[in-house]
Amino acid sequence: MKTDVNALAENGKTISRNKKSGGYILKNKTKKWTVSIVRALLLFGLCFMIIQPILARIGVSLMSEKDLYDSTVVLLPRHATLDNYRIVAELTALKGMNNGAWTFGSMLNTLWVSLVSSLFQIISCTLVGYGFARYSFPLKKLWFALVIAVIIIPPQTISIPLYTNFVNFDIFGIFRATKGDSLNLLKSPLPYLLMCLTCMGLKDGLYIYMLRTYFQGIPKSLEEAAYVDGCSTMHTFVRIMLPDAIPTIASCFLFSFVWQWTDLFYTRNFFKTFDMYSIKLNSIAGSVSGYFSKGNSATVQVAPARVQQLINIGILFCIIPLIILYIFTQKTFVQSIAMSGSKE
Amino acid sequence: MARKYSPDYWSPREGIGAFLPWSGTYRTMRARNARTGVRFIFPFIIGFLLFMLMPLIQSLQFSLSNVKLVPGEGYSLVWNNFKNFHYAVAIDANFNKAIVDESLKMVINTIATLVLSFVLAVILNQNFKGRTLARAIFFLPVILSSGVLAGIEQTSSSSFNIMTAVSQEAASASGVNLSQSLQNLLSVSGVGSGALQIVFDMIDAIYDIVMASGIQIIVFLSGLSAISPSLYEAAVVEGCTAWEAFWKITFPMLSPLLLVNAIYTIIDFFMKSSNSVMENINTLQNSSKYGQASAQSWIYFGVSLAFIGLSALIISKGVKSSEN
Repeated sequence: MKTDVNALAENGKTISRNKKSGGYILKNKTKKWTVSIVRALLLFGLCFMIIQPILARIGVSLMSEKDLYDSTVVLLPRHATLDNYRIVAELTALKGMNNGAWTFGSMLNTLWVSLVSSLFQIISCTLVGYGFARYSFPLKKLWFALVIAVIIIPPQTISIPLYTNFVNFDIFGIFRATKGDSLNLLKSPLPYLLMCLTCMGLKDGLYIYMLRTYFQGIPKSLEEAAYVDGCSTMHTFVRIMLPDAIPTIASCFLFSFVWQWTDLFYTRNFFKTFDMYSIKLNSIAGSVSGYFSKGNSATVQVAPARVQQLINIGILFCIIPLIILYIFTQKTFVQSIAMSGSKE
Repeated sequence: MARKYSPDYWSPREGIGAFLPWSGTYRTMRARNARTGVRFIFPFIIGFLLFMLMPLIQSLQFSLSNVKLVPGEGYSLVWNNFKNFHYAVAIDANFNKAIVDESLKMVINTIATLVLSFVLAVILNQNFKGRTLARAIFFLPVILSSGVLAGIEQTSSSSFNIMTAVSQEAASASGVNLSQSLQNLLSVSGVGSGALQIVFDMIDAIYDIVMASGIQIIVFLSGLSAISPSLYEAAVVEGCTAWEAFWKITFPMLSPLLLVNAIYTIIDFFMKSSNSVMENINTLQNSSKYGQASAQSWIYFGVSLAFIGLSALIISKGVKSSEN
């Protein structure tokens, strides 16, 4: 009862205040409400658009083949089955085709390649970014322009020479002289890891740029104080600069991990001999027909809708680990990038 | 003045050894710092020379010659008088068309991405309930549209995108397609139909555009968070409306980032493996026509460089004129 009275009094006050202000308060309130409603609608629509394909994929992935051709089945399966997952797992080498054991072979390969290569990338890029941010040396501008050039030059331009060089690897003919043949390095992960260590991996120019921008924003007096106290250059870098930079480095690491995970270009060129998930995923469409016609004498034609369904499950397998990672590290992803960018 | 040290990084007295990054000889603090700096960027120098410059030169050689792979020995090159470039421009039926198509698409895409990410960044920078969630969802495309996913998605998104599904459903149910009829109505109304068509294309491609604008939103957001709130307070005190504040404060402060984003978007678009030019180059490569493939990728690189330069020119001019 009391609260009602209070509310009424409050209302009366607001109304009289509104009158006094010549309708300004009402106008303002209406404006605010309209803006927030329009904003909510827009954001909801766009968010829905981003999320919806994932949900639709999950729905479609559970459908049996019958449901795919049934036009009354749109979102949810009528005859739900988990069989599709098994087929895709076998197609993408997550599961052994013969013994039927879940080995996650291609996924584990992708995992360690992504982990190691992004670790190497970030170590080298942090060093280089720090060098560009803090020291002046001859031809610095030229070298930095070349970092930008590395961002801009499409890796496709150099993929053929790289390939031929690594296939017939030889340093001044030493291997040919001693062993009689040049080395084929492409059977090992060495070439790509070497490239990561020397800042030539996937999108490394971007990480150098980001880390340089970050280091430029840190006050110089921090290091000067360390130098005055007798700290060496390397020591200052490791003890003073690195601890502060960890959020930015972490976000660069996450980016490089995620992009390496889904990368097709470098993977296709340098990890051909490994079972890598992105390659397997890309070739699902090609290998489906062979899979279904195994044991049959004639090749089975697989309907396009069915192939699409299997590809979608493959995509789900690929993004589920990433989404779990993203849920836990969302803040690192966004915030430190925002921080590093703000100092441009 | 007792002794004049050369202000340069290097004096002949230090000898050639001073150029080596691990060399300990130096005469000035500046020279010492310079050497430390080179030591830090040494990985990049090595990597650039070995894995970028060398392959680039080789690729240029490839593009100018007949390439034959010799098993076990590498390749043999025979100079062929720009035949590969001639092939790309005059003989290959797909290449010219693909480049023109992709460039047009790129221009439309870039403009749409810039506008959309700008608007979204401004919205996501406001205070409202569920902002963290909204931000998290808008950055999801950074993950979901990278690498192999982008290429595969293009073939499959159309069949699993509810927008197209619903509009198809509506069209088949009532015989009328709502968005189509709206388009017709607008076209009949006499406004320049060419410009409208571009807008319609953008709206049809909104899914792709949102998926491609994750990083751009982050960049704009970072710029927004760097604007001091006191600027807006001062503007309000002076009687500035929100609309004016947007054009006089927000827009000028963010315009330097427009260039960064434009370049990022252009590169991103040109390097997608689902790009039809890239596909063309890949097919050539897979059929061992290395010379032709290199020539095409050089042409493509030139085109993308031209577009980046052009956009840099336009945006920097535009930024200057908006500052005056």
